[in-house]
Amino acid sequence: MHGFANPARFLRIARWLTPWCLLAGLVLVAGSLAWGLLMTPPERLQGDSVKILFIHVPAAWLGMAGWMAIAAASFTELVWRHPLAAIAARASAVPGAVFTAICLVTGSLWGRPAWGVWWVWDGRLTSMLVLLFLYFAWIALADASDRDGSADNRAPAIFGLVGAINIPIIHYSVLWWNSQHQPPSITMGKSEMSGDFLWPLLIATLGFSLLFGGVVLARMRALLARVQTEARLRRKGFDPSDEGNA
Amino acid sequence: MREVFDPWPFVVASYVIGIGATVILVVWSWYAMRREEKRRDEVRKR
Repeated sequence: MHGFANPARFLRIARWLTPWCLLAGLVLVAGSLAWGLLMTPPERLQGDSVKILFIHVPAAWLGMAGWMAIAAASFTELVWRHPLAAIAARASAVPGAVFTAICLVTGSLWGRPAWGVWWVWDGRLTSMLVLLFLYFAWIALADASDRDGSADNRAPAIFGLVGAINIPIIHYSVLWWNSQHQPPSITMGKSEMSGDFLWPLLIATLGFSLLFGGVVLARMRALLARVQTEARLRRKGFDPSDEGNA
Repeated sequence: MREVFDPWPFVVASYVIGIGATVILVVWSWYAMRREEKRRDEVRKR
């Protein structure tokens, strides 16, 4: 893992991995969503509204995965001070927030026909909304620590680790408390879901995960390029904030 | 009595929002990466 913390080595790998992740992700997502939308049968109780599953579940997984990535990068930043750890955390935040928002909106759109309500304040929905607010707060904190010029990543890193406590709360909320939301249909090595729904769901989840990985790599490359540009401008005696007017 | 909804407007709205937001995220991230890498390469050449 330490080898990947070398920015030059990271860039060599990321340059060919980024387009492949995005391309494979787009193909898998397009195929699995077409399969799920057009070829799966209506579910016995929920009818055709169950087709929202193929967007909602991957978005929920990636909303949580984004914060787990921030927490892992934060731990790496605090313990080993890897040069890419803070960049990886920053690159994961916006995609994680976007997928959390997609999960909440599609969940609400699924709740209306399935439960008769757009929203209920139960454990699963509320903890997912808390995750979205944690993302907003983390992004604001990371931007503030960039702007003050200290380049001190400890405050966002500590926040990233503390906020990770919400992830098991989201996961176990449907088991700990009475919930409108159903308990998990897929657990380790076991599924209560029919194969008609399971396979397109697994492929959609893989496709969206590859897209997420490609987006994080692209954002890491953008952040790294900005750091390198600013460092070079400083060495030449320019103020990087004035560079756009030069 | 339970209301009966036509589920398709909800399904279509979910797909439009989910796919639309994902496409915007991918395109935005890709072009931001290209712009920053181009800027770095231009600064290196100076």
